[in-house]
Amino acid sequence: MSGFADIVLNVNNLAATIRMATPIALAAMGGAFSERSGVVNIGIEGMMLTGAFCGVLGSYFTGSPWLGVLWAVAGGGLVGALLAVFAIRLKADHVVTGVGINILASGATTWLMQVIWKRKGASDLVSGLGTWSVPGLRDIPVLGTILGTHSPLVYISFMLIVLGWVLMFKTPLGLRMRMTGEHPEAADTVGINVHATQYFCVILSGCLAGLGGAYLSLAQLNWFSKDMSAGRGYMALAACIFGGWNPIGGLGASFLFSFTDAIQMRMQTAQIPLAVEIIQMIPYVLTILILAGAVVRSRPPAALGKHYESGHGKK
Amino acid sequence: MENITKRFGNVVANDAVDFDASPGEIHCLLGENGAGKSTLMRILFGLCRADSGFIYVNGEPATISCPRDAIALGIGMVHQHFMLAERLTVAENIIAGSEPRRHGLLDYERARQKIAEVSQRYGLAVNPDAMVEEISVGQQQRVEILKALMRGARVLILDEPTAVLTPPEVDELFSVMRALRASGTTIIFITHKLKETMEISDRVTVLRDGRTVGVEKTSDATSDGLVEMMVGRSLPIHDDHRAPAQDIISLELKDVSVAGRKGSRARLSSVNLAVRRGEILGIAGVDGNGQLELEEVATGLRRPSQGKLIINGQDVTGFDTKRIRDKGVAYIPSDRLKRGMVSPFSLARNSVLGMQHSAHFSTRGVLQEDVVREHAESIVDLYDVRAESIDQPIGSLSGGNQQKLVVGRELTRPHSVVIAAQPTRGLDVGATHYIREQILASRNRGKAVLLISAELDEILELSDRIAVIYEGQIIDVRRAGQYTERELGLLMTGQRNGV
Amino acid sequence: MDLSGDRSSKLSKRSIEWLARPGFSRFMYSAVAVLLALLIGAILIGASGYSVKEAYYNLFMGAFGGVYSLATTVVMSTPLLFTGLAVAFAFQCGLFNVGAEGQLYVGALASAVVPLALGGLPPVLRVTMGLLAGAGAGAAFGFVPGYLKAKLGAHEVITTIMLNYVATFLTTFLVKTYFRDPGPVDQTVLLPLGSRLPELISGTRVSLGVIIGVLAVALLNQVIRRSVLGYEIQAVGKNPHAAEYGGVNVSARTIQAMMISGAVAGLAGSAEAMGTLYRFIPYFSPGYGFTGIAVAVIAGESLWAVIPAALLFGALQSGGQSMQLFAGIPMELMTMVQGLVILFVAAPALASMLIKRKSSSEEGGGRA
Repeated sequence: MSGFADIVLNVNNLAATIRMATPIALAAMGGAFSERSGVVNIGIEGMMLTGAFCGVLGSYFTGSPWLGVLWAVAGGGLVGALLAVFAIRLKADHVVTGVGINILASGATTWLMQVIWKRKGASDLVSGLGTWSVPGLRDIPVLGTILGTHSPLVYISFMLIVLGWVLMFKTPLGLRMRMTGEHPEAADTVGINVHATQYFCVILSGCLAGLGGAYLSLAQLNWFSKDMSAGRGYMALAACIFGGWNPIGGLGASFLFSFTDAIQMRMQTAQIPLAVEIIQMIPYVLTILILAGAVVRSRPPAALGKHYESGHGKK
Repeated sequence: MENITKRFGNVVANDAVDFDASPGEIHCLLGENGAGKSTLMRILFGLCRADSGFIYVNGEPATISCPRDAIALGIGMVHQHFMLAERLTVAENIIAGSEPRRHGLLDYERARQKIAEVSQRYGLAVNPDAMVEEISVGQQQRVEILKALMRGARVLILDEPTAVLTPPEVDELFSVMRALRASGTTIIFITHKLKETMEISDRVTVLRDGRTVGVEKTSDATSDGLVEMMVGRSLPIHDDHRAPAQDIISLELKDVSVAGRKGSRARLSSVNLAVRRGEILGIAGVDGNGQLELEEVATGLRRPSQGKLIINGQDVTGFDTKRIRDKGVAYIPSDRLKRGMVSPFSLARNSVLGMQHSAHFSTRGVLQEDVVREHAESIVDLYDVRAESIDQPIGSLSGGNQQKLVVGRELTRPHSVVIAAQPTRGLDVGATHYIREQILASRNRGKAVLLISAELDEILELSDRIAVIYEGQIIDVRRAGQYTERELGLLMTGQRNGV
Repeated sequence: MDLSGDRSSKLSKRSIEWLARPGFSRFMYSAVAVLLALLIGAILIGASGYSVKEAYYNLFMGAFGGVYSLATTVVMSTPLLFTGLAVAFAFQCGLFNVGAEGQLYVGALASAVVPLALGGLPPVLRVTMGLLAGAGAGAAFGFVPGYLKAKLGAHEVITTIMLNYVATFLTTFLVKTYFRDPGPVDQTVLLPLGSRLPELISGTRVSLGVIIGVLAVALLNQVIRRSVLGYEIQAVGKNPHAAEYGGVNVSARTIQAMMISGAVAGLAGSAEAMGTLYRFIPYFSPGYGFTGIAVAVIAGESLWAVIPAALLFGALQSGGQSMQLFAGIPMELMTMVQGLVILFVAAPALASMLIKRKSSSEEGGGRA
């Protein structure tokens, strides 16, 4: 039996932390874009699940896992567009719509999985993305073990998160997004197209969550299984809030989640005398605790969840 | 603007209104609340569309269907409620929508330069890197003006710009306006205050009930003439038969403080007030100087960080709202929509809000439907609430009728203390008059009334004693007759000297 | 989403108000939404190469074709009556309880275990105690998100969903560790006859649970319409600031509403454990808690409407089973239909577009 220190302070844990943080951080960034523009995105979970499914589907039909990734991004984006139409155009409640989308996505992916592969629990195996080993980096002791060898999506995601941060805080478009979520009427009166900005952000949010889903089904595993996102979308939302609606903050929060997740996995393999169900509960309990701790000091975008209708749009 | 008409449902906000303003002119648009001033200007700025009528800019017919069109035509507007994102910086608020860029990224350096340039030209100093929520209201207004100027505004609409300013800030604003006029900018100044109209404007257009009732050069106009145009009728003088004020204190605040958010000054500091039976104590002050906190402390919605609240001799500090109100406090809240009523609830259900648990309206946890309805009917009758039925949602009534129901509900509950906060805000002349009469009547029945109002006229008209609040402190209390309007104005800006 | 410390700003009020709107047009619109969702389902069935006719024939026959089918529909509706009521009741307080699934699990386990420990008591008491235990366990699981919402402002949607996972893991753990039947399967001991909810129609599994469900609807409807508690809960739901002004203890009502909602969802588990399965089996629920959301969204303001809405989704569930059995079409189609129904009903603009178009065509295009 391994000792406590071995389980918690293990280099492999840190590598696993990075692996498991990737999908959550991507989805958290997606959540940040959507919510910064004023649209609550509970549907992240469904977008992630759809991405995971479409990724496998793309890889299955084209034989290329990279095309699968593109399918995943497109699939997530499509679900994002669905949320956008309902939440923005049809003025549906954002939260209710998001929950509806999650139920819809869960049903649709499982249904299609059974229709296509005629199997109940999981899809066929497809070709996955494999790993990259970064020359130079992989040879550095310790750091090499932690950062040197990962799925290519890990490296791509980290770059995307930096780019996302630049987009949000350093570009005109980013400023317009933030203005829209804080004070849509102010944005409108300076000529910013509020609804177009929101559409863009919500669809982008879906694409990012879809990419996170692809990571689950093409990098972590090579198949799709029923409801495989397993609440990670909600964890991502909590990470987004804990990270202050900032892609890099979200990444930090995701590390926190996945570190405990990594320990949890390690505890399972290390045969700690603790029931597996108790260990499995940890990430979910942690999400609740983090959310409860985070909201006290966080302030969401001022116009989050509200519908905006410009007076000049109608007669 | 020619022959502009705009209806909202059955209400005609603008009825064939004509309006014109020339370059280098400060043109005042004068009228009571609800006269249609803001609607007219929202049409000009593209925030809503006229049902009929024409707009000409520099002699050319113009179609303005959204603010973008208006901006392109050189029209800028400073709204009564600022269009600023509080948690973005001043610079970000100014440049959003027309951002200077370099390599596709925001060029904050150039933004700062341009802001500095324009702000120097007109004497509009701001700190571009401050968060909007951290700067004063007067500074926020400057940001709004800069926003319009940076977009090349040649016509600047200012909607009630002085309502939120202290007198010295008003003076500063006026000098900015004069500087703008000198540079050839047209300024349209929306207000209902005569004094300011006479002081600053070149010409004045008066609106009443959605129609233009007169256009005059300010130099040819007289205050009395303008009042008559604005109001169109004279109101009866309030009946002032009253019982003499008694020497029994009903409501008392002792050394009450409310701490501010971390790092900022206290919202209320060491406030001492006493309201006697049969008197109205008016709290005068510029909005945002602690009135909301005072109102909330006195009704238990907010717990003071220090000090005592005493009602009819009993220390009720730390009691919740329910217990304090049960001690006999009637409360007309400053934010009617947010606090005073539940919009989707029927008039009947709203008529017992705050009394739902009283023995009169419920027994063993069950509401007595018949008693509730009877109560609602009697308020509707007594307080002149115009409604089709007591079963309709209160949200479907006009603001004046909603407020009458709220006032009726509060003044019919058993009480000895009345807390009336901004009781006539946003109401038309008729409803305002009616509600002021009800407050006087309540005083005349021997109630202790704490009146909190940002309308100096209201304070002067109703109060027996006046206390001035400034930055969370009560800086002066006197009998009503012992102030001149000028003295009060100075005190409201914190200037104790020279009074 | 209001995840901030500013608990006062309850957003989505307007939309929840819409969801909660009573009246005939609302009812008609819900019917249209269900038909629209089934239509999309038909398109998907067709596009996947199945026969739409065969699928929907089996769906209909499985739900209504004969006594056995009707009984199955009622059996399937019973838990939905509770979960739908639970979600609808929380709506009244402006709360969105997505945690009915988890509350159902803890309620079911409590009801499957407590009567076993009370072997000496007469059956009526045993059953009553079982029901109370289920409601209590559900209420406890409702307390947590209620408390976190009221005191810290943590959004109940995220906390309740996380608690769903916690509840399934926790109940599985408890069964395996403490309450395991000595057979080969992870499940609790079979409840003896005197600890079960009696069958209403022998040979079917229609139990007293359905009656209790209807009574629960009636009771909570009275609470909402007539009681001071209901008045205050609704006031908090519609305008918490005004409720506070009116002397309502907003935190207390929020927690109470969530606990009542949790208790009702817990009873869904009790009805399953004591009336249908006669034991607790890990992962037994096919998503009754989530279907309850669809039931509540359709029912809206009127708690009475939970009854027909639950029957509707119970019918879709039992019909879906026979569709899977006889036409080979996966049950998950019904999950999709639920998701679509929620989307359609939640969109007020879509509703007013459809209703207006409908009424204007009925009136020959004339509009006021």
